[in-house]
Amino acid sequence: MTRVSTLVKQALAGLRLLLVLTVVTGVLYPAGVWAVSRLPGLHDNAEAVNTTLVGVAREGDGWFHLRPSAATLPASGGSNKSQVNPDYDRVVADRRTEVARREGVAEDRVPQDAVTASASGLDPHISPAYADLQVPRVARERGLSERWVRKLVAEHTSRRGLGFVGEVTVNVTALNRALTDGG
Amino acid sequence: MWAGVAQAALLVVALAVVYRPFGDHMARVYQRTEHSAVERAIYQVVRVDPGTEQKWSTYALGVVGFSAVGVGFLYLLQRVQSWLPFDFGRGNVEPGTAFNTAISFVTNTNWQSYVPENTMGHSVQLVGLTVQNFVSAAVGLAVAMALVRGFVRVKTDRLGNFWVDLTRGTLRILLPVAFAFALVLLVTGVTMSFKSGVAVDGQTVAQAPTASQEAIKELGTNGGGVFNANSAHPFENPNAWSNLVELFLILVIPVSLTRTFGTMVGERRQGYVLLGVMGTLWTAVLALIWAAEASGVRPLEGKELRFGVAGSALFANTTTATSTGAVNSAHDSFSGLGGGGALLNMLFGEMTPGGVGTGLYSILVMAVIAMFLAGLMVGRTPEYLGKKLGRREVTAAALSILAMPTVLLVGAGIAAVLPSTPGALGNDGAHGLSEILYAYASASNNNGSAFAGLTATGDWFQASLGVCMALGRFVPIIAVLALAGSLAAQRRAPVTAGTLPTTGPLFAGLLGGAVVLVAALTFVPALALGPIAEAML
Amino acid sequence: MSTTVETPPAAADAPARQVSAGVFSPGQLLESFPDALRKFHPRHQVRNPVMFVVWVGSLLVTAFAVGDPSTFTVTVAVWLWFTVLFANLAEAVAEGRGKAQADSLRRTKQDAVARRLRADGTEERVPGTELRVGDRVVVEAGEVVPGDGDVVEGIASVDESAITGESAPVVREAGGDRCAVTGGTTVLSDRVVVRISTKPGESFVDRMIALVEGAQRQKTPNEIALTILLSTLTVIFLLAVVALQPFAIFSGGEQSVLVLTALLVCLIPTTIGALLSAIGIAGMDRLVQRNVLATSGKAVEAAGDIDTLLLDKTGTITFGNRRATDFHPVDGADLAELAAAARLSSLADGTPEGRSVIDLCVERHGLPAEASEHEKTGEFVPFTAQTRMSGIDLDGRAVRKGAASGFALSAEASAIVDDIGNEGGTPLVVADGDRVLGVIRMSDVVKPGMAARFAELRAMGIRTVMVTGDNPLTARAIAAEAGVDDFLAEAKPEDKLALIRAEQEGGRLVAMTGDGTNDAPALARADVGVAMNTGTSAAKEAGNMVDLDSDPTKLIEVVEIGKQLLITRGALTTFSVANDLAKYFAILPAMFAAIYPQLGGLNVMRLATPESAILSAVVFNALIIVVLIPLALRGVRYRPSGASALLRRNLLVYGVGGIATPFLGIWLVDLLVRLIPGIG
Repeated sequence: MTRVSTLVKQALAGLRLLLVLTVVTGVLYPAGVWAVSRLPGLHDNAEAVNTTLVGVAREGDGWFHLRPSAATLPASGGSNKSQVNPDYDRVVADRRTEVARREGVAEDRVPQDAVTASASGLDPHISPAYADLQVPRVARERGLSERWVRKLVAEHTSRRGLGFVGEVTVNVTALNRALTDGG
Repeated sequence: MWAGVAQAALLVVALAVVYRPFGDHMARVYQRTEHSAVERAIYQVVRVDPGTEQKWSTYALGVVGFSAVGVGFLYLLQRVQSWLPFDFGRGNVEPGTAFNTAISFVTNTNWQSYVPENTMGHSVQLVGLTVQNFVSAAVGLAVAMALVRGFVRVKTDRLGNFWVDLTRGTLRILLPVAFAFALVLLVTGVTMSFKSGVAVDGQTVAQAPTASQEAIKELGTNGGGVFNANSAHPFENPNAWSNLVELFLILVIPVSLTRTFGTMVGERRQGYVLLGVMGTLWTAVLALIWAAEASGVRPLEGKELRFGVAGSALFANTTTATSTGAVNSAHDSFSGLGGGGALLNMLFGEMTPGGVGTGLYSILVMAVIAMFLAGLMVGRTPEYLGKKLGRREVTAAALSILAMPTVLLVGAGIAAVLPSTPGALGNDGAHGLSEILYAYASASNNNGSAFAGLTATGDWFQASLGVCMALGRFVPIIAVLALAGSLAAQRRAPVTAGTLPTTGPLFAGLLGGAVVLVAALTFVPALALGPIAEAML
Repeated sequence: MSTTVETPPAAADAPARQVSAGVFSPGQLLESFPDALRKFHPRHQVRNPVMFVVWVGSLLVTAFAVGDPSTFTVTVAVWLWFTVLFANLAEAVAEGRGKAQADSLRRTKQDAVARRLRADGTEERVPGTELRVGDRVVVEAGEVVPGDGDVVEGIASVDESAITGESAPVVREAGGDRCAVTGGTTVLSDRVVVRISTKPGESFVDRMIALVEGAQRQKTPNEIALTILLSTLTVIFLLAVVALQPFAIFSGGEQSVLVLTALLVCLIPTTIGALLSAIGIAGMDRLVQRNVLATSGKAVEAAGDIDTLLLDKTGTITFGNRRATDFHPVDGADLAELAAAARLSSLADGTPEGRSVIDLCVERHGLPAEASEHEKTGEFVPFTAQTRMSGIDLDGRAVRKGAASGFALSAEASAIVDDIGNEGGTPLVVADGDRVLGVIRMSDVVKPGMAARFAELRAMGIRTVMVTGDNPLTARAIAAEAGVDDFLAEAKPEDKLALIRAEQEGGRLVAMTGDGTNDAPALARADVGVAMNTGTSAAKEAGNMVDLDSDPTKLIEVVEIGKQLLITRGALTTFSVANDLAKYFAILPAMFAAIYPQLGGLNVMRLATPESAILSAVVFNALIIVVLIPLALRGVRYRPSGASALLRRNLLVYGVGGIATPFLGIWLVDLLVRLIPGIG
């Protein structure tokens, strides 16, 4: 009985404290972060203006292609397929055949990122190898020189921060925009 | 390879730099006797007397009462979402999802059976979920501090005041660090928007007030993202630098708490030795996951190229070893051993280094069990930190340890034979069993990450995982507080040559061995049919 | 109401109790077999959670085997029952050893007839069982003391061999610290009046019997805590095995009840579960073998936890009897003359003091140790309380040695006597007729090996404090020589009590020995109070152990037994749990290789078939209990050392060894089992 009444007493105190902390951490805190994010240097980041952080597929052979995506926009998501899933093995094999056919190369030259889905389905990056594979096709379709396209790819290839932070990747979203700007 | 090692080393260096000042800061927060003006105002509004200390049972009722209220509030908030601003027509959350989510966030699990972009509006995210990200972490801290006081104090039945500990943890530790790092994350490119989406190359990608949530999501070892892909989403985790910042945030409190512990018990080495055990196991499992992923069949499936295998393995290991559950890659697509490593981290009981507060109290409970056996083996009534480990202490510790495997195995066992289960799985065979095991391990350990191929929206999963989260959280907490109570009531035994030192490699080996052995003995049969069968293919 | 009983007083013919050696013989297994069978009763089994699970599992598997009889199912069922049987056997053997001791004690409990004194001083004869506390009884030479009590009148020599096994008679006298007599002992000479201090049925012997029989055996605190831990492990494994069935069904390979039960029994800590109570009983037994009786198992455990040991100087650290260390001739006598007289006076003196005088004469002066034929013709004059001297009458000479007060001393002799006394020694004056020849200095001599023992204790973390009535100067000298950590000089009983209080305030556990009535409060206060059997009833009541040999150094052994008891439990628990790893490697591939052939790779022991693998694990699990019974009874080896060294050793032997042993054991069993048709 006393336990129950103590519990009720504690719960009521808890409710009051929860409401106070809701104001502090649920309203004031995000409002503060939001306010700072309105600063000129941060605003565009915060609102993802012209963002190159995400990649969405562009149809047509004139574009660099992203990795396969399992996302259903506007939401994000991956395939969640296991490495020992025979059904998915076939899906991946089909993708490899398709990429090889599209780029006109042997299947064993197709890099892995070209046939596997990312976790977010919004990965804007591909490997330099996959970009390299796509250069002739994009150049051909757009009537650009491969050399110029390769230069563009190189400009959009990131280096590792401090030489070790991150991976060497090509940002397809930025690359494709550069194609249109340039073209 | 070397770049990945260097990234991990950079993370460790950053943690080492803040370890002492931050650990000591946390000790001061919980040891000080004065209250700030803001705090005094809060206590007045809430009508609690900050000067009154509580017995363990009152403290426990405070935790339970506060959490129950939290679940109710969060459930209601989701159920009335359509009347709140920034709901974008996502409507009231379904009862099953709302129930599961309420428990999930209050228990610091942040298991998400929903797709946030389609389900949660920004109001519920901020006023409901972000708030619980703060306070559920503060509850974990408070319970850990109560246990430490149990070791420190002598001949008293008072463990401190839960409301004071909760308020201080929130205002003096979580809030300032979260705010500062939310700004850091903004700089790295994390978004902060009240719009519902943003147009990218002709399509719409969902948007959210990400930065504020992201900082506390990692700092509080919560893990509940504003996007379905969680920290794999470029808006939550745009590049390798933000990835490192988030990893730092996940680890900073659990790691530094060992310093806090050492400081509070008056012998820093007691904390270092715990950190040594945590760090060794964290490193070992990292090596396992990384090696397994690097040699996987499809290493890049479910991974973001900007993180690569190294950044993904580092994150997967850290998030599962800390009860965070945020993910920057799809664990379901990991290899047998890689996913098995992530699962193993949870099966250790989340103490390498574990969640905010929970990691410290979990490893202390394990230390109690290990020292009990060790004490017998040196022919003395077992003791740890000068407190005898008798019937009451062993009972409380055993209960605390028993809770997780019990709810995990019962839940997963039933789920395995339900006729509806195969339809909910994303993969068949051994990996399908791994998905079930992973879900219940995640819920029972309040981790929150998933082998997300499992569709957990059915009634059984929503309800049973909710129950697992609640029992996996509160049974150990009550047991830990009871343990703290009986420890505090004791006097302190002096240190003699007959006392087993708990600062050396022998104790570290014993404790680490106990963590591994308990997990292995309990879960090897189940693992044999899941990850082990998969890995030995 | 008095009854006259015709039976004559029992003669002192009760057989001296033989302390059984701690050796385990296989014959004991056979003898205990009937008891072990009786223990199959569920009422008994339910007291041990671990073994109860095995018992229920055996029933389940038996039912399964009846429904599906095959060589495999029946063999597994039989070996599961063997597991229960072996556990029962371990307990029965331990209890059997206690019973044997109880029986020999019980023989001492004869129906002694008491000669009770009425208020008017006349006697009545009543059976010993009718005596009440406060009754006064007369006991004369040849009679058995009818109950525990204190001598209130007279002095007598008493044969206590029935209780202590020590054949030399002891003196019991009214007043002082040597007044207690125990029921069942026999008065050899003189007549004493004893006031009865315990009720019939609660006497010392009764308590001893109950204790060694295990009738009052209650689980000790550490045992309870360990049982909780073992129960927790059992629940975890129960869950792990029960949950395995749905996982197996999911994976397409449902398991039989038999296989699951076999796995469960192999995993739960049966080894320690089976041996736990035997370890406890055997620990008590080891104590009794050393002639120490504890009032509870809790006291034995507490002994292992002792931080501070209070030791009386006299008799514990030094020889109880002072030894001759010097001759001081006086009044013109020369040293040789004094030595010769001292030797003569001590030739017939059998006391340790007397022998020590002879020893000194032999060592320093080359005098013969044995009496010559001529010297044997002399007449020995024994020590009496009245004369306080002893000696020999030979050839008309009366050579005496004794306390100074019995002689007329010169100023020179008096000065030497005083000096010796001031230095903490005892002077003994030697005289030939009326002529005082000199003074023998009797001093405390620290027993050999004490310093080493105290060093051991220090390594174990135990601080030793010497308690003495000596002045601080003497005390310091002896403390330094003996190597104790501290001393309490000029100690009064209150000081002892205060010291114990102070130590306990600091969280330390204190052990002490004592015999006097004034030791009683300290004995009661100490965490472990060992009363000497020669001490008063009050002391024996106050302490929680009694040493029948009245050997205060035994406290050290008691501490070691307490530690050994805990270590045995901890070591076997570790061993038991460590065993599980190998069992997984044996059973899991056997269960699951049919579903996932790759899991056959876990069969690192290359066991022949799934059936032989499961059976081998079950057989090993049962046999290891029998193999470890001697260890449980004897206790694991304990060598005093620091905690870390102990833990390292035990982790290596019982942890690493516990992981390795079953791999070898199961592999060996499999070599045999695979020969059985239908299994291999």
